[in-house]
Amino acid sequence: MTLLIGALTLGIILALLALGVYVSYRIFDIADITVDGSLTFGAAVASVLLVRHGIHPLWACCAGFAAGATAGLVSGILQTRFRINSLLAGILVMTALYSVNLHVMGRSNIPFLGTVTVATYCEQLGVAWFGAAETDLWGWTVSSADLTMLLLMFALVSCVALALWAFLRTDIGTAMRASGDNPQMIRALGGNVENYRIFGLAVANGLVGLAGALWAQYQNFADVQMGIGMVVWGLASVIIGEALTGASSVGVAIVGTIVGSILFRQLVAIALSFGLNPNDLKLVTAVFVFAALILPDMMGKLSARKQPGAA
Amino acid sequence: MNTSTTLAAAPLVRLSQVYKTFHAGTVNEVRPMRGINLDIAEGAFVIVLGGNGSGKSTLLNAIAGSFAIDAGRIELDGQDVSTWPEHRRAALIGRVFQNPFSGTAPNMSILDNFSLAAKRGKFRGLSWAHSRQLRDELSDRVRELKMGMEDRLDSAIGSLSGGQRQALTLLMATWLKPRLLLLDEHTAALDPKSADQVIALTDRVIQREGLTTLMVTHSMQQAVNLGDRIIMMHRGNVLHDFRDAQKQRLRVDDLLAHFENVRRRELLDESAADMLRSRYL
Repeated sequence: MTLLIGALTLGIILALLALGVYVSYRIFDIADITVDGSLTFGAAVASVLLVRHGIHPLWACCAGFAAGATAGLVSGILQTRFRINSLLAGILVMTALYSVNLHVMGRSNIPFLGTVTVATYCEQLGVAWFGAAETDLWGWTVSSADLTMLLLMFALVSCVALALWAFLRTDIGTAMRASGDNPQMIRALGGNVENYRIFGLAVANGLVGLAGALWAQYQNFADVQMGIGMVVWGLASVIIGEALTGASSVGVAIVGTIVGSILFRQLVAIALSFGLNPNDLKLVTAVFVFAALILPDMMGKLSARKQPGAA
Repeated sequence: MNTSTTLAAAPLVRLSQVYKTFHAGTVNEVRPMRGINLDIAEGAFVIVLGGNGSGKSTLLNAIAGSFAIDAGRIELDGQDVSTWPEHRRAALIGRVFQNPFSGTAPNMSILDNFSLAAKRGKFRGLSWAHSRQLRDELSDRVRELKMGMEDRLDSAIGSLSGGQRQALTLLMATWLKPRLLLLDEHTAALDPKSADQVIALTDRVIQREGLTTLMVTHSMQQAVNLGDRIIMMHRGNVLHDFRDAQKQRLRVDDLLAHFENVRRRELLDESAADMLRSRYL
């Protein structure tokens, strides 16, 4: 049960990353590798503020968001003002951020020993809510701190998802969706496609930075390597979500992305408990996304080939 | 009477000595605008004709601001818009493109698309894109089209036919009355029946709203039937300009004769160039 709660909590925290990838990949049609850097950047900034400056965890999370948003802003400016290919712009910012992160952290790993983090608050809150350090959940004994963390993260992600959904239905949000769908059309209707893209990438990477800040606090350390391959992780979540829900509207797609992230983390936890070598995790994830990308096309071709025979 | 004289004095659109060269200095160099001068009066419905590569579409794109011109000046509604970016000029201009896929966002609903059209050239803020009022008004306007789309306001525009999409794009371009409407061969990619429907709708909307319009077409029949002025483009400039009574007298045969003249002149140019080349090079 503790394992399940752990996987759920991580899945929900990483749903913020998946929502960021949803914005860049589905709204703007960009595979934005900046994510690999901005996740660590968010974690690095938050961890330094927490450990060295003893700042309140809430502000550390906000700083994580701001750090990620700054990375996205730079990536967006490279793509629009300097007309650099979106993939290359992402690679440049991600590479640059690796050095920036090392400078911010001062070393490659920062442990949160005895630091007040979101997890610390959850311990206190858990005791206050459930009356003891351990509590009974449908017959299982679980740590009330873990349960509180899960509930708190779920509440946070729900709020973020609701805000994102509402934003994408406003005038400016609708125009941003159109700029990914048909830039020529929205330009002819007076939309500034370049500014939308910069803003959109800032929001997307802000969410990723927030995910990094929370992830570090949840696992009690920040590591300069923690962002590697995370954009593929986000893509996997988005794709699973679409396969499950069909993504017929923005709201459905957002819910699907969150469910996809949680489910993917569960699958990984199950695979690991059945003896999958953790070193193979990135390989398996990449193969999974590859399969998910080519399958719809291949299915289409197969059925197209079958039809004349059947008719 | 006073207003009409001032309007006659200041045309809605004025191009002065506009030049544009693409791929300058390469083998692909094209010069679609070679010192174009053009005035278009308020309320005029101008048909633009010309062969391939004569600069028709480039003329429309230059006015819309799809690229920056090399030299000259473009005035719109009394303002020099030569350096305005495309999205800023959109406040004054409604456009329909040749490709039915260009004018609408395929993965968004009809209602989404019109909520964008309802904000053409205006500030986009944090208010809801959809409203009861927009939906009702749109439902009425779409019913008028008689294309069976009034019950599909929430389905993605990508699921509609080319003709339906062009009809909607035209409606979107004119949802807020534009100062200038630019139609770039907007029926060329449609089947004949849909093309006729869209042309009928085009004429109806332009007459009803009294829109100043610039319409590029390949169809001589459309050129003869519609509008009050025809300009024929050739080699990046205006070759012929038929107005009012002269335009009304024009028949398809006359236009074809003009095209034949242009073709002969081109052949002559080429043979002359060949002759000069063989003699002097």
